[in-house]
Amino acid sequence: MFRIVKKQKLNETVIRMEIEAPYVARKAEAGQFVILRADERGERIPLTIAGYDRERGTIEIVFQTVGAATLCLGAREEGESIPDLAGPLGMPTALDGLKKVAVVGGGVGCAIALPVARKLGRLGAEVVSIVGFRSRPLVILEEEFRACSDRFFLTTDDGSYGERGNVCAPLGRLLQEETFDEVIAIGPLVMMKFVAAATEPYGVKTVASMNPIMIDGTGMCGCCRLSVGGETKFACVDGPDFDAHLIDFDEAIRRSRIYSEFERRKREEHCNLLR
Amino acid sequence: MPMQPPEARCRNFTEVALGYSREQAVSEAERCLHCNARPCTGGCPVGVAIPDFIALVAEEKFEEAYEVITRASLLPAVCGRVCPQENQCEKFCVRGKKGEPVGIGRLERFVADLHAQNGAPQAVPPAKNGRRVAVVGSGPAGLACAGELARSGYDVTVFEALHVAGGVLVYGIPGFRLPKEIVAREVARLEALGVRIVTNAVIGKTFTVADLKAEGFEAVFLGTGAGLPNFMGIEGENAKGVFSANEYLTRVNLMKAYETDSETPVFRAKRVAVVGGGNVAMDAARTARRLGAEVTVVYRRSREELPARKEETEHAEEEGVVFRMLTSPKAVLTDGEGNAVGLRCVETELGAPDASGRRRPVERADSEFTLDADCVIMALGTSPNPLLKRSTEGLATGKRGEILTDEKGQTSLPGVFAGGDAVTGSATVILAMGAGKRAAASIDEYLKTR
Repeated sequence: MFRIVKKQKLNETVIRMEIEAPYVARKAEAGQFVILRADERGERIPLTIAGYDRERGTIEIVFQTVGAATLCLGAREEGESIPDLAGPLGMPTALDGLKKVAVVGGGVGCAIALPVARKLGRLGAEVVSIVGFRSRPLVILEEEFRACSDRFFLTTDDGSYGERGNVCAPLGRLLQEETFDEVIAIGPLVMMKFVAAATEPYGVKTVASMNPIMIDGTGMCGCCRLSVGGETKFACVDGPDFDAHLIDFDEAIRRSRIYSEFERRKREEHCNLLR
Repeated sequence: MPMQPPEARCRNFTEVALGYSREQAVSEAERCLHCNARPCTGGCPVGVAIPDFIALVAEEKFEEAYEVITRASLLPAVCGRVCPQENQCEKFCVRGKKGEPVGIGRLERFVADLHAQNGAPQAVPPAKNGRRVAVVGSGPAGLACAGELARSGYDVTVFEALHVAGGVLVYGIPGFRLPKEIVAREVARLEALGVRIVTNAVIGKTFTVADLKAEGFEAVFLGTGAGLPNFMGIEGENAKGVFSANEYLTRVNLMKAYETDSETPVFRAKRVAVVGGGNVAMDAARTARRLGAEVTVVYRRSREELPARKEETEHAEEEGVVFRMLTSPKAVLTDGEGNAVGLRCVETELGAPDASGRRRPVERADSEFTLDADCVIMALGTSPNPLLKRSTEGLATGKRGEILTDEKGQTSLPGVFAGGDAVTGSATVILAMGAGKRAAASIDEYLKTR
């Protein structure tokens, strides 16, 4: 069993949890993920590791309560335990040797972009962070990002906070004026697709952190496959980070919606139960 | 053996074969000729003393029969159900030369089930010798290895990546062939022998093989299973509605997606095309049938070459699965939204034998046609998982990435042994068990000299 030692609401639908998992904490690196189940009948859900404390033996996850499984996880309180948590899975984000990086986060993806930005800072790289949200009430982790970034940009789609528009606007301006070793994009598929399109003309290496549907997370089921440069890759063992210029984002977006009807129904059932 | 009638069973997930009654078992056991040469025993990968246990069944000494079987096989209720007996013990049965061989598998199953029904007392764990062995993977190879070592007094810990133990026995083989309670029961029996099972532990990630050694495990057995599902590399293969058999079966078997209140979804298709001809293809086809689909199995060779067990193919046909032999897929057709709508196929004929000794399918000119399908399931075997290799320095692997071992099951690393599909590629439950059992003997030998 894995005990929830801390639970915090970052905004209306985004929750941060610190969970006791000493063996996972001992090995975890930025960019890796865990697969967990919130209860004995629950779905196996992949969540990227948002932080870890090797001494306390805990890892941190940040998730949005969008489907039945995350609603169920979000209903668990501090001191309670979840039955299953396996990891750290996937390959760590490769950051060694980078001198100047733009870290682009979108929505809840910012929670996963943050440890990447922090680690780059520790490695001595110049970090430019660009984070985007739909609207002001959804903004998360602003202070944390400011603290670990050399420069910081924030956008909202509706202009209610920061710059109006999406992350591609400040990113585009930066690309016109300076060069980066790498751009790392973590967020919704559509955002990562547009970031890839924005950086491509400049030939800047761009990495996207993919979060497809998974079951086992160890390569056995092939559910998380995606096309990268015309080859089929498994996000769980080969990724989750891939060269964003080679990813077939349209296919990934379609595949992410395979079970959307089921998920909608489950969410309604779950919400009715809570009512 | 009594079975659920096809029209009933193709709508449920409960076991197809119902098992012998006491009377049927005794009368079947009486058919054994007790030949001096005992050819059946030679056909068993784990060497069960078959005529001995059958004699005890004929005498209605069922518990004694159980003891004879479990001296050689730790998972009799599993083997009695999923072993390809027709290619092993029963193939050599003298009775089979004129008529039906003795139903050895069915008798094994009867004995194991009766033992469980009787709630017979659990075996007392043997005295431990204080030496620790780690077993990686809780599938048939790992369980067999763990059980053998535990019986020899070793302190065994099994590490499993998923949230339940059993490996392919729980995620791969459907409940209508092997009820999951039976797997749980066999696992519990190993635990009663003193085997410790740690779930959610991915070796190569949560712990490395080096970590296990550092933690005090004197030997390690790698039984990590077959690995990554193969795909064909044809157009449209990543469309919505195309799945590996592993994914489809895992959703249904491990995650119970067939239950109406399951939290895990499974694609509910109208017309399913299953590509492949092995046991996994049959499992996927029969599962899709139970989920209410019209199902066609597409196989590029002829019925003669079908690698699936004859019984599985027959069961599939009885349940209404249609077979299109001598047919090879060329592309998955999709609609504007990326949903699979059909499988473009070409007819084949058999040419000269290939490297595998089977006749190679050759495409026939102008024979393309389209099979309507909103779901395509690829059951094409697997390739080794790179996860262990990447994290284990010095672990020698073959061309395809399979773990290399000597005849004793020892890998290139001292004290690290391997067996089952991780070494051989996709094979059967009993072959994996045999490999696990042999590795246990090698580990015992290795540790005794240290």
